[in-house]
Amino acid sequence: MKKLFVYLKEYRRESVLGPLFKLLEAGFELIVPLVVAAIIDRGIRGQDQGYVIRMCLVLVALGLVGLLCSVTAQYFAAKASVGFVTKLRSALYRHIQGFSYQTLDRAGTSTLITRMTSDMNQVQTGLNLALRLLLRSPFVVFGAMIMAFTIDARAALWFAAAIPALSLVVFGIMLVSIPLYRKVQGLLDRVLGATRENLTGVRVLRAFGKEDAETEDFRQKNEAHTAMQKYVGRISALMNPVTYVIINLAILFLIRTGALRVEAGIIGQGAVVALYNYMSQILVELIKLANLIINITKSVACGKRIQSVMEIPAGEETAQGLPAGDPRFRVQLIHAGLRYTEGAEEALTDVSLSVLPGETVGVIGGTGSGKSTLVNLIPRFYEATEGRVLVDGKDVRAWDAPALRQRIGVVPQKAVLFKGTVRDNLRWGNAEATDGEIMAAVRVAQAEDVIASKGGLDAEIEQAGRNLSGGQRQRLTIARALVKKPEILILDDSSSALDFATDAALRRALREMEERPTVFIVSQRTSSIRHADQIVVLDDGRAVGVGRHEELLESCQVYREIYESQFKKEAAQA
Amino acid sequence: MSGKQKAQRGTLKKVLAYLKPYRMLVALSVLLSAVTVALTLYVPVLIGRAIDGILGPGQVDFGRILPLLVRIGVIVAATAAVQWIVNTLNNHVAFQVVRDVRDRAFRHLQVLPLSYLDTQPVGGVVSRVIADVDQFADGLLLGFSQLFTGAVTILGTLGFMVAIRPGIAALVVLLTPLSFVVARFIATHSYDFFRSQSEARGEQTAYIDEMLGNQKVVKAFVREEENARRFDEINGRLAKCSLKAIFYSSLTNPCTRFVNNVVYAAVALSGALVCIATAGAAVPFTVGSLSALLSYANQYTKPFNEISGVVTELQNALACADRIFSLIGQPAQQPDDPDARVLTKAEGRVELSDVAFAYTPDKPLIEKLNLSVRPGQRIAIVGPTGCGKTTLINLLMRFYDVDEGGISVEGTDIRHITRRSLRANYGMVLQETWLKAGTVRDNLKMGKPGATDEEMIAAAKSAHAHSFIKRLPQGYDTVIGEDGGQLSQGQKQLLCIARIMLCLPPMLILDEATSSIDTRTEIRIQKAFDTMMRGRTTFIVAHRLSTIREADVILVMRDGHIVEQGNHEALLARDGFYAKLYNSQFAA
Repeated sequence: MKKLFVYLKEYRRESVLGPLFKLLEAGFELIVPLVVAAIIDRGIRGQDQGYVIRMCLVLVALGLVGLLCSVTAQYFAAKASVGFVTKLRSALYRHIQGFSYQTLDRAGTSTLITRMTSDMNQVQTGLNLALRLLLRSPFVVFGAMIMAFTIDARAALWFAAAIPALSLVVFGIMLVSIPLYRKVQGLLDRVLGATRENLTGVRVLRAFGKEDAETEDFRQKNEAHTAMQKYVGRISALMNPVTYVIINLAILFLIRTGALRVEAGIIGQGAVVALYNYMSQILVELIKLANLIINITKSVACGKRIQSVMEIPAGEETAQGLPAGDPRFRVQLIHAGLRYTEGAEEALTDVSLSVLPGETVGVIGGTGSGKSTLVNLIPRFYEATEGRVLVDGKDVRAWDAPALRQRIGVVPQKAVLFKGTVRDNLRWGNAEATDGEIMAAVRVAQAEDVIASKGGLDAEIEQAGRNLSGGQRQRLTIARALVKKPEILILDDSSSALDFATDAALRRALREMEERPTVFIVSQRTSSIRHADQIVVLDDGRAVGVGRHEELLESCQVYREIYESQFKKEAAQA
Repeated sequence: MSGKQKAQRGTLKKVLAYLKPYRMLVALSVLLSAVTVALTLYVPVLIGRAIDGILGPGQVDFGRILPLLVRIGVIVAATAAVQWIVNTLNNHVAFQVVRDVRDRAFRHLQVLPLSYLDTQPVGGVVSRVIADVDQFADGLLLGFSQLFTGAVTILGTLGFMVAIRPGIAALVVLLTPLSFVVARFIATHSYDFFRSQSEARGEQTAYIDEMLGNQKVVKAFVREEENARRFDEINGRLAKCSLKAIFYSSLTNPCTRFVNNVVYAAVALSGALVCIATAGAAVPFTVGSLSALLSYANQYTKPFNEISGVVTELQNALACADRIFSLIGQPAQQPDDPDARVLTKAEGRVELSDVAFAYTPDKPLIEKLNLSVRPGQRIAIVGPTGCGKTTLINLLMRFYDVDEGGISVEGTDIRHITRRSLRANYGMVLQETWLKAGTVRDNLKMGKPGATDEEMIAAAKSAHAHSFIKRLPQGYDTVIGEDGGQLSQGQKQLLCIARIMLCLPPMLILDEATSSIDTRTEIRIQKAFDTMMRGRTTFIVAHRLSTIREADVILVMRDGHIVEQGNHEALLARDGFYAKLYNSQFAA
């Protein structure tokens, strides 16, 4: 947590003034019983009406000053907590921007989103409450005790006894019940999981006639949750009655002692009333404190989670002093291999490949054979764990990552577009692109009709491109990559939603481009890659064949099998 | 009474029905909480009396004080005990009702027709069963108990105050509403700030969701800086709205506290003046009474604040209760006939006569479908994506009932066969592979819980699944998460096939899913399918040419209609839609 407080630095003044004003307010509140005591002992006993009126005006004045202090405190607390979280959120977002693909995989998108949203909100609430109340409640509790001592030390001893006893009960019950509540939550999650699963699998479960078994299973989970809930409920239901007993016992002893002291003429009747009032104040504040601590504990947990994301190294540092390679080649892989996580199987093993500028490379293989892995090494989305990857003769680890990626156009497997106009989307890679440049890219991507059907470049795209079909999205993502005018273009299985004719037209248009990029085509279809200058055949992460279509048909069994499973057999039999 | 109120009253009635089994406990709880409140309020009076016994040096009446103190002690102990019982009772009732409602809802889910479930997002139903029920219990059940204690406390306090000094009680009653006016004023004025805060927050969440969800694309296009800039812009706006919303709403407490302080001062003033005025009177207004009044004045507004909180909660809780009851109130599927036939080991004779079906009445889908299937025949269903091939599966399995005509198995209309026995005669492998959270073994034995491990392994072997299962960390005991977790799509499909291989029902419904599987794995799956289909009536949504050609009957579907029907040669000869489809897709 400490590291996060750096972002509070700018709000140091507010963070001190907030609690300070709150304490001032509490201080005024502590004076009230003394004033009441004075009203009784001097006003009533002395039959002095003027004094009573003056003292009651003092009470109102105390309230008013308290109000002002408290409003000031609320303002500073709000300013500090909102400001702190705003800074923190911005810092965390920028930090995540630096994450490498590997780091992103490990952290998990949904986790990161939760950290950025609900965790941040909880931290804001927690800090706000802490600034306002964390010091106030203990201050009132001990303040009340000290005031009691100033009234009468003997009677005040009961405070010294009651406060530890109350704290023990309040915090003891909290300590016991918090982990139990966590258990309740865990059991509820199981009830939730059972419901969810029953719905997602409704067809299969009904096909197997599992309704009764499922109901019984649910009933058991439900019962376990209820039993635990009741158990915790019984424990936390103790809090109010037990504290009530303690505080009232203390009051009884206080009155007894008070009576003796009054009898001896040491204090007045009003003082006994004041002591009684102080004792009542303590209970309220202790319970507030307990609730506050629950809230703050939650916030601290959220804060810790945020910090743990902050502590993840981005994983994209630029390396120095790596040997250069042959600058003739646009892309070169030298015995490259990759393990996604340490100790896992290699996703890619010992792949070597040299590609000249303007060449087209086809990458083919079964599901999970490492096709995407291979092309992801080139823009350094993932870093090779074995061997080397070079672009223009320079190791990708030695490139400044943004500069490297600026030269590479990527069309990812999942065709993602963003909320905004078509133009905004297509300019992602090149903010300065003119409409002419954009339309040229659109033509190559065979997406003219998409633009026309949507009503031009100003048409709005909904979040995630929901108002477009899969094929339309795919062609726009291709156009988006081309607007960048990349030296290297990577099509990661990005024509799967296109029909044969469009796929062929796209490849022809790419070949006919003026500044023809080096193209990598990842596909499961041999038809998409058969005309490539080089084809890499992957099987279980190994390059089992590299060459042209005809060569591979001769020499590579895996390639032949793929080819036949798609073409020859059915064509021959048809 | 408005329609909304009527609806709310209806919902309340349903809530009461769930409370019925616990009515004795509820009555007891109501009674005991009234007792608690009365006792709690009585204590300050007794303490006041004790204080009246402490007038000054030499004027302390110990003979009066000490028995009073003992009495207070006994009352306090009793109050605490009763309070604990009330709390426990309330918890008990609330949690039991939650359990009952959830059980009821889940049992109802088992008999809801798929025509309803298919139109409901899973997350929506889950949140009704989980979140809405919780909200409803918190708000309605615990809310009611708070409301009740609150109301009794207010009335009781008022009563005690009137008994002590009517004039001062009236003063408190007149001044207290001030605090609501203030709270109300702040709430309405901070509402706008809250709304703009939640708008800005919503915008930011959407942005985070969109951009972090696609962070890889962001990086591929080197948009990090630009995105951070846009993020900060939204972030800055959010900060402004948040500051206002938080600050203004946090004014409520200090302001109402100030009003309470004024009330307190007013009570102190009037009380003290009355004390002085009645000092010599026959029935003086004592310091002890003043102290009791002050402690009431301090507490009096608290239940009001609680109640106003509870009322908003209640509205929300009623809405939640309404959602869960509307789920439970959905009409269930037509129950099986009491004399419905239990189908055992069907031979595989299936007859569809004049079947008509539509999901929505205005869009007729299947019309006048006739089909006669002999035992052991293969029926291939072909057509472009989204033409409604799965509709036929829905009808055969009786997930949906036909609108007209009828489907019969072994000569009996399936509406007169128990659903369970009908479905048990079909083995179904769908394109959407679904696995249960649990071990591989649990999943494979789903259709035949009594199977031995040998049988299971044999089934896995014939589904070509054994070799990869063996390589999983704990083999057949490997726990797979909900929806298959770490398994690949192809592996999940193989498990689904092995699951059917183990129970081997007499008829099969297969969806040849190929979209996410590479061609070589597909060939392996195909082999598994072939073994299974031997000698079994099979309905197969076919994508592969060989399957289609070997089928006895091909149903060609287009836009939800069966446009052609026949075997491969006959359909080709007809040179219709099938021939066109065939030539465009397979003869490339």
